[in-house]
Amino acid sequence: MLRSAGRNGLLLTLFAIATTGLIALTHQFTKERIANAKRAQQYASLTRLLPAGSYDNDLAASCVRLAADPRLGPGEHQAFIARKEQLTSAIAMQVTAPDGYSGTIELLVAIDHDGVLTGVDVLNHRETPGLGDKIERRRSNWLDSFVGRRLERDPDPRFAVRKDGGDFDQFTGATITPRAVVGAVANALRYHAEQAPLLANRQPDCGDQR
Amino acid sequence: MTNNWRTIALNGLWHSNPALVQLLGLCPLLAVSNSLVNGLGMGLATMAVLMSSNLIIALTRRWIPSEIRIPVFVLLIASLVSCVELLMQAFTPGLYLNLGIFVALIVTNCIIIGRAEAFASKNPVVDGVVDGLMMGGGFAIVLTLLGALRELIGQGTLFDGAALLFGPIASNWTLHIGAGGEHFLLAILAPGAFIGLGLLVALKNAIDAGLKARAQPVAVAKPVRARVTTVSGGSEGEREPA
Repeated sequence: MLRSAGRNGLLLTLFAIATTGLIALTHQFTKERIANAKRAQQYASLTRLLPAGSYDNDLAASCVRLAADPRLGPGEHQAFIARKEQLTSAIAMQVTAPDGYSGTIELLVAIDHDGVLTGVDVLNHRETPGLGDKIERRRSNWLDSFVGRRLERDPDPRFAVRKDGGDFDQFTGATITPRAVVGAVANALRYHAEQAPLLANRQPDCGDQR
Repeated sequence: MTNNWRTIALNGLWHSNPALVQLLGLCPLLAVSNSLVNGLGMGLATMAVLMSSNLIIALTRRWIPSEIRIPVFVLLIASLVSCVELLMQAFTPGLYLNLGIFVALIVTNCIIIGRAEAFASKNPVVDGVVDGLMMGGGFAIVLTLLGALRELIGQGTLFDGAALLFGPIASNWTLHIGAGGEHFLLAILAPGAFIGLGLLVALKNAIDAGLKARAQPVAVAKPVRARVTTVSGGSEGEREPA
């Protein structure tokens, strides 16, 4: 009985080694492609949000980690510094809206050095298909309504959905989702107003390594 | 041999279809069938795992003692799912984001360990692969059908997001049916998945009942006795102990 237990243990070990090896091989084979796909996705977002010609540095290599801040929402966030002739022209930062209709909404918000929005992108969300998912760029051009906007004062009553007396459209049957996005963008602008000079002078500490 | 494959195919696609008859793997089936492309992508991923797990288990079945077969199956299935997950992240990153956690959850789909235990560990290699193909195919077809049904009713489109699965050439494959802008939200949400699956199961049963009714009066003279024999004979022959 002891012998059969030993034999079975050996067989199981062999199987564990073989299957782990299989995963390791697949990982080796796909590692580069996965990293490229992630980078391409992020780069596509960045180039869409920052006007062409407004920067001449390598955006992916200008990434800085952001310390946790309630205005950025839960989770870890990074910012990408766009520079032209060594001067900071814009900052694109990841922020999270904590109060979506079903969970958090991850955004990428690009703000130029005057505190004006050059673009907003939704990176990840789980809002209701057919209603809340109009925040996606491929479903509607709602995100474009942010371009050129800024916080005129704080609090700015116009920086809200129409239902709350502001300038941004809500969707039929979905107010919570756009309200969450508008709120998160406003918070990003506040964070930017306070932190932008500090961020611009930080050394890059993430990006291409990821 | 070919006759054997015919039986395997009929079982996988119709008589013991994993989604419509065995009702296995309902969690991914209901969760990601909100569009045709999502359904198809999930179906293909499940099929790939099922085929490769059946292949490896049928290959190694002589060396695996029955006392440790379940841990071996679990180990194997888990690593195959990890591999499929990595491959999807590398080659269809958009679709991977759409399906999210449900790719990893293929590992908990009972149909995979079910086929490993009930079929692959007792049959030759080629039969095991054919069984994986047919069972996975049956699952994928139902998933795609349900996805198409829900997308059509809920969103008025078909093939929305096809580029995620087929690459940039498919970016204009989306079909808009009807006036557009009119959404029947229930079909997209969870209740739509249950209702849609219920309708598909009912349709399958109705077709079976129709076929039976057509075959019966010709085959036997005494209706009462005929029903008794077909009920016991028929159902035992079709179902497999899972």
